[in-house]
Amino acid sequence: MKEASLDRLKAFLTLLPSIILVAVFVYGFIGNTIWISMTDWGGSGALAFDPQKNFIGLDNYVDLFTGFLSGGFRQDLVNAVYYSLMLLAGAIGLGMFIAILLDQKPKGEDILRTIFLYPMSLSFIVSGTIWRWLLAPQGGVNVLPTYLGFDALDFQWTASTKAILEFNWQNIVQILFYIAAFILIMVGLFVLKGDPQKAVKRWLGPGVVLGGFAWLGGSLLPQALFMEEMHGFNLATLGIIIATVWQYAGYTMALYLAGFNGISQDLRDAAMLDGASNTDYYRHVAIPMLKPITISAVIILSHISLKMFDIIFAMTGPDNAQTGHPALNMYMTTFRANDFARGAAIAIVLFLVAGTFIVPYVISQYKQRRRG
Amino acid sequence: MKQSLIKLCLVFAAVVLLAVPQVSQAKELKGDLEIFSWWAGDEGPALEALIDIYKAQNPGVNVINAAVTGGSGVNARAVLKTRMLGGEPPDSFQVHAGQELIGTWVKSDRMEDLTPIFKEEGWMDVFPAGLVKLIGTDKGIWSVPVNVHRSNVLWCIPANLKKWGVEAPKTWEDFLKIAPKLQKEGIVPLALGQNWTASHLWESVALSSLGVEKWEELWSGKLKFNSPEMIKVWELFGKILPYTNKDAASLSWQQATDMIIDGRAAFNIMGDWAAGYMVTTKKLTPGKDFGWMPSPGTGGEFMFLADSFGLPKGVANRDNAIAWLKLLGSKKGSDAFNPIKGSISARKDTDLSKYNAYLQSAAKDFAKDAVAASLIHGAAANETFVGSFAQVMEMFLKSKNAKATAMACQQLADKAQIGK
Repeated sequence: MKEASLDRLKAFLTLLPSIILVAVFVYGFIGNTIWISMTDWGGSGALAFDPQKNFIGLDNYVDLFTGFLSGGFRQDLVNAVYYSLMLLAGAIGLGMFIAILLDQKPKGEDILRTIFLYPMSLSFIVSGTIWRWLLAPQGGVNVLPTYLGFDALDFQWTASTKAILEFNWQNIVQILFYIAAFILIMVGLFVLKGDPQKAVKRWLGPGVVLGGFAWLGGSLLPQALFMEEMHGFNLATLGIIIATVWQYAGYTMALYLAGFNGISQDLRDAAMLDGASNTDYYRHVAIPMLKPITISAVIILSHISLKMFDIIFAMTGPDNAQTGHPALNMYMTTFRANDFARGAAIAIVLFLVAGTFIVPYVISQYKQRRRG
Repeated sequence: MKQSLIKLCLVFAAVVLLAVPQVSQAKELKGDLEIFSWWAGDEGPALEALIDIYKAQNPGVNVINAAVTGGSGVNARAVLKTRMLGGEPPDSFQVHAGQELIGTWVKSDRMEDLTPIFKEEGWMDVFPAGLVKLIGTDKGIWSVPVNVHRSNVLWCIPANLKKWGVEAPKTWEDFLKIAPKLQKEGIVPLALGQNWTASHLWESVALSSLGVEKWEELWSGKLKFNSPEMIKVWELFGKILPYTNKDAASLSWQQATDMIIDGRAAFNIMGDWAAGYMVTTKKLTPGKDFGWMPSPGTGGEFMFLADSFGLPKGVANRDNAIAWLKLLGSKKGSDAFNPIKGSISARKDTDLSKYNAYLQSAAKDFAKDAVAASLIHGAAANETFVGSFAQVMEMFLKSKNAKATAMACQQLADKAQIGK
């Protein structure tokens, strides 16, 4: 017993320096940023030796989501959602596809693996610059078809002003209700097979009620703005998404390839003996077994997409609203417009969004470990 | 032999005697001098020319050139702010003369008053009074201007215009008349680049629509941003935009200038660093290969911006920094720097023979024209306004709604406390 407590003390002392450092440099600064975001630190005199900071509560946040001048931030937030979704779909889809191809052990697998992984070793600034040249309106990808005798493309990869899937920010509350209802119903349908009663009671019922309420009572819900403001998936972001997928597909490929190699050959032989085709093997055996890898890939990639900054800066510059991202907006608001409080508020919004990705993951990991 | 040795000694003694007072007058400076600027790349050689003179004058000082790349100082200003906040100011830093300096640094009480240096060096009479007013407040003068650039210039290739049978437009009405014809022939009437060049075009359009007086009223808070005059500015701007290139957002200003050189576009409105680009990089002769005139509707008006250097409070090498500032304001320093940088000197007594044809004409205009301060290049408004104006511009580029944009501008002006 005594030995155990001594051990604990030793462990605590060993961990103490890093606990202190993390407490100060991570959580201390998060706390400080939250505090700054609730002040009015900004404007002229913001850079004085002892700048004036008055507590104003959540005004900065309210302004970000409903203020007339903050339309740029809202578009950036919508962009961030699309960047995340497209990067996840693109990098995981393409990475898995390449991994399955390489898992067939073609000739020169080693070299191919290195080639596909290589883009990851470039910095975002470098790949952003390369892709900016490749996607230039009058050069690169757009003139490729002329080598085959076709007309040159004229798509504006990074400068298009078109948008699809547009919605009105005024109705954001209603839309959030729809999304929540959709998620509840989907989960309900998923659970329906196992436990019909619980599924209806916990998921399907509330989902239908919420959706119905949003549909019928939509006009009762508060409007976020006094005027119409359309946001959507800007086609100009396609160029940036292509570049990011190109850079990270190799990384997910490496993750999956390691996973596939870890599956024992016996299992594969057994599946084949049972009459499984190659497709069946991957669909029903290999990919389900690699669920932990998929989850960590999702976590890492969604974090990368929330931290996107340099590649956008390199490809379309700091002020391009079409391809903007909250991280870029935060930097510009803070260090160019001297609006430190607002910059801090944007940073905290980003932090919370990142939290929605990481917290469920951490909780499930914790539960698993306690079970195991 | 002996006599000649005595003679030599006498001469030596005389030299020492003559030299001593001078040496004691300009006391030997030692230590470091850190100069912070965004003059790297194309503009680097101009800064180097200045540093060379400084080193010749003060051989004991170790000059550290802390230049941060990035057009118009986007990155440099952010780095500067973190250094100032961290209590580690560079000995002297570059800043756009005007509200960028005053709104950010003077209002924060971070700068030293340079009035004594201005008086001592006799600069009050050498720099134009309008310029001194712009870099000063009622409490002092805060920086030393090194150059003057012009923002409202229309660039074209005369030979191309002749071929197409058009003349450079004197007003925006003229432009809107000839633009459809050019567009029909597949020529872009007005070449444009990414966001800030649109704001740059906007300030020229606004100046032509408002005139210098109303433009000044706008920044002193007398004219509202949502007034009918300003809505008219946005409407005119909206009429011009359809005649610009569609891929503007992905082009740098150099690429937009290339469009007129290649004959893909007819005109381009850019500051006169474009002349520097065309002369130095593209090897064109001003007046022969390329032509210029004030942007439409701004004849007799000179929208200007200036780079300047200031002295932050609490720097490590104050004496060295003051010697640097004195060099910047001197005729020698100014005429060494500006011909290479492609700008005109801020001094009235500059030696024009050292400058090329374009710069000579710009210097003449600067002396006689009505002078207006540039918005997008930091002279007219503080950084809170300029920094968020980019978002207002994007709002207009997307919605093309003049009224809503004018309203947003006014809201931004209230927030940035313009005219207060």
